[in-house]
Formats: sequence, C-alpha cells, structure tokens
Amino acid sequence: MIDNREPTLAVRIWRGDAHGRFERYDVPRHPSQTVLDVVSHVQQHVDPTLAYRFACRVGMCGSCAMTVNGKARWTCRTHVDAVAAGEMLEVAPLNHLPIVRDLVVDMAPFFDKWAAAHGAFAPTTTRHDDFARVAPSSAQRRAIDATIECIGCAVCYSSCDVVGWKPAYLGPAALNRAWTLVNDVRDGEGVARLRAVSADDGCQACHTHQSCTERCPKHLSPTAAIAGLKRRVAIAAIKGEL
Amino acid sequence: MRETIATNARAAAWRFVLQRGSAAVLALCVVVHVATMIYAVRHGLTADAIVARMHATAAWPTFYLVFVAAAAVHAPLGVRTVVDEWLGLRGRAVDAALVCFAFLLLGAGSYAVHVLAG
Repeated sequence: MIDNREPTLAVRIWRGDAHGRFERYDVPRHPSQTVLDVVSHVQQHVDPTLAYRFACRVGMCGSCAMTVNGKARWTCRTHVDAVAAGEMLEVAPLNHLPIVRDLVVDMAPFFDKWAAAHGAFAPTTTRHDDFARVAPSSAQRRAIDATIECIGCAVCYSSCDVVGWKPAYLGPAALNRAWTLVNDVRDGEGVARLRAVSADDGCQACHTHQSCTERCPKHLSPTAAIAGLKRRVAIAAIKGEL
Repeated sequence: MRETIATNARAAAWRFVLQRGSAAVLALCVVVHVATMIYAVRHGLTADAIVARMHATAAWPTFYLVFVAAAAVHAPLGVRTVVDEWLGLRGRAVDAALVCFAFLLLGAGSYAVHVLAG
C-alpha cells in the first residue's frame, strides 16, 4: 500500500522578543530544502506576521543568519538534511544581539564594533593618483586573501563565548576586519587601529576557542586574524610604537 | 582621550606580552621540576638529600626563584581575566589588589626557596 501523505517537518520557531517562546509549525518536506525555505514557507503560507531577514538567498549578503538547532548558521545555504535531528528543526534568532522580533536581531552593536575597531579603510591617495600596485604574491596580500571574503553575517559573533561573557568584546568579525586593513599597504590608519584593538575588550581577550573559525560559513579563520593582531600589537608595544 | 586610549592599549599589550612570556618560562620550569621529581623518586633520594643538593649549588635556588617570579607575574594576570569575565569586575581597585597578590606570591615563594636553600 502506498502512503500518499506528504512528508512533513516539525519546526519550532522563536516568536516574540527576548521574553518570547518557541512555536511549532508543520512544514512540507522537500528534497534539497534549505532552512530559509522552511522559514519562508511558514511566513508565506502559515503566519505572515513572522519576522525574519534575508536578501540574496545565495550566500553573498550575510543577512539570513539564525540559530539552527543550537548553532549559528547561514540559513540560505544550510540544507535541512544536514541539520534536522530526528526530523525536528529549531530556529531561533542569533545569540548575543538584541532581539527585535521573532528571528530578527538588531545588528547595530555588531557593526558599531566594526567602527570601534577602525574597520573603515583610510585612504592615503586621491582619485587623481595612479592605482596602487599590490603584488598578489606579497605576504600582506596573501594575509588579506584569507580574511577579505567576510560577508558580515555575524555567525562568528553569535558563536563566540567571549562575547557572551564580555558583551563589550569587539568580537571575531570586527577584529578580522581590522586585521584585513592592518595588512592593506594602501591604508593609512597605522598605529591608531592597533591602539583601537588593543584593550581589555580587544584582541587580547580572545581565548582561541575557535568557535568562530568552526562556524564561519565562508571558511575564514577569525582566530588566525586575531592571533595576527595580538602579534602585531605586541611587537608594536615592545618597539615603543604603540 | 587619545592619550588614554594609547595608555590603555600599551597596558593591554604589555599584559599580553608578560603573560605569554611568563607562560613560556613556566612551561620550561615545570618540565625541569617534574623531571627532577621523577629523578629523585627513581633514585630513592630522601628529603635530606634533596635539601643538601639545594645547598650545594646556587643553580637550584636561582632556578626556583625564576620559577617563583614567573608564577608571580603569570597568575595575577590570569586571575584578572577570570575576575573580569566571571564577576564583571575591573578597574584600578582590582588591579591594585592583583599587584598585592603578585607580591604575596613573590614573597611566599621566595621565602620557601630561602628556607630550603638559604
């Protein structure tokens, strides 16, 4: 006898603010279904008031990160097959950021820390100057290659134990950005950026747990970037440049 | 404001250098200390024989004074991080208490070395 019932997936989704609760929904199960597909189905077919955030759906924009079965992930590129334990899925907002509503968090503290870590490029030339020539094989450019693909999804920040213990800690993404610019030969920020990342809440606060590196959907290593900052700051201090 | 940021940055960097540097010294000291204990046990040295050897040369008291100094630098810096992360306590009063803790470790450890080798 053929069972014509459509396979379903039980999904628990966080509703409300920080004092909210999980609510259960049953969603049709499909091959190659992503977690974002599941959340979108609930919003489009079950409850249009569900708040969540996404844009590109192809792993470029970094806006759809959520906590899926306890771990921060980019939901557009996370297949349900890979994470649904016993056909149960639990989707919650990112950790360590204020919940606006349902699955939407306020990203302002995250990006404020990018600014605090001097995450903006400081040009040393104008539009009237020639292009800078940076050899792809140079040590600085290769260090940048290892960090530049960050999409600002905050998966690392949400996974970081130190951010949980010390909310003022700059966090992996901001420090990864700072290390990118420290290695940029065109940048003029210099010692000011090293000073910005050297503090009780700066790069030295990292415990090298490597949760950021393990969870980064772009397979970057913020841990290595932070270690680079620690070294660079220490050398600057010893040389009396800090 | 800018000078405060620079001062804090230098202090954080030097705390990092001192903690990592003292950790490297401690790692070496612990290896030598444990190897010495294993040697003493396997060769049946008595406490009197060990104390006699401590008196025989300046090398052992010097080694253990270095050990004590590294511990006195390393431990308060680690406690500082624990107090910050677990209790949310930081500032001048905490730093002053930890400097006292460092001198307590240095004094107690140096006294122990003095009693054994002096």
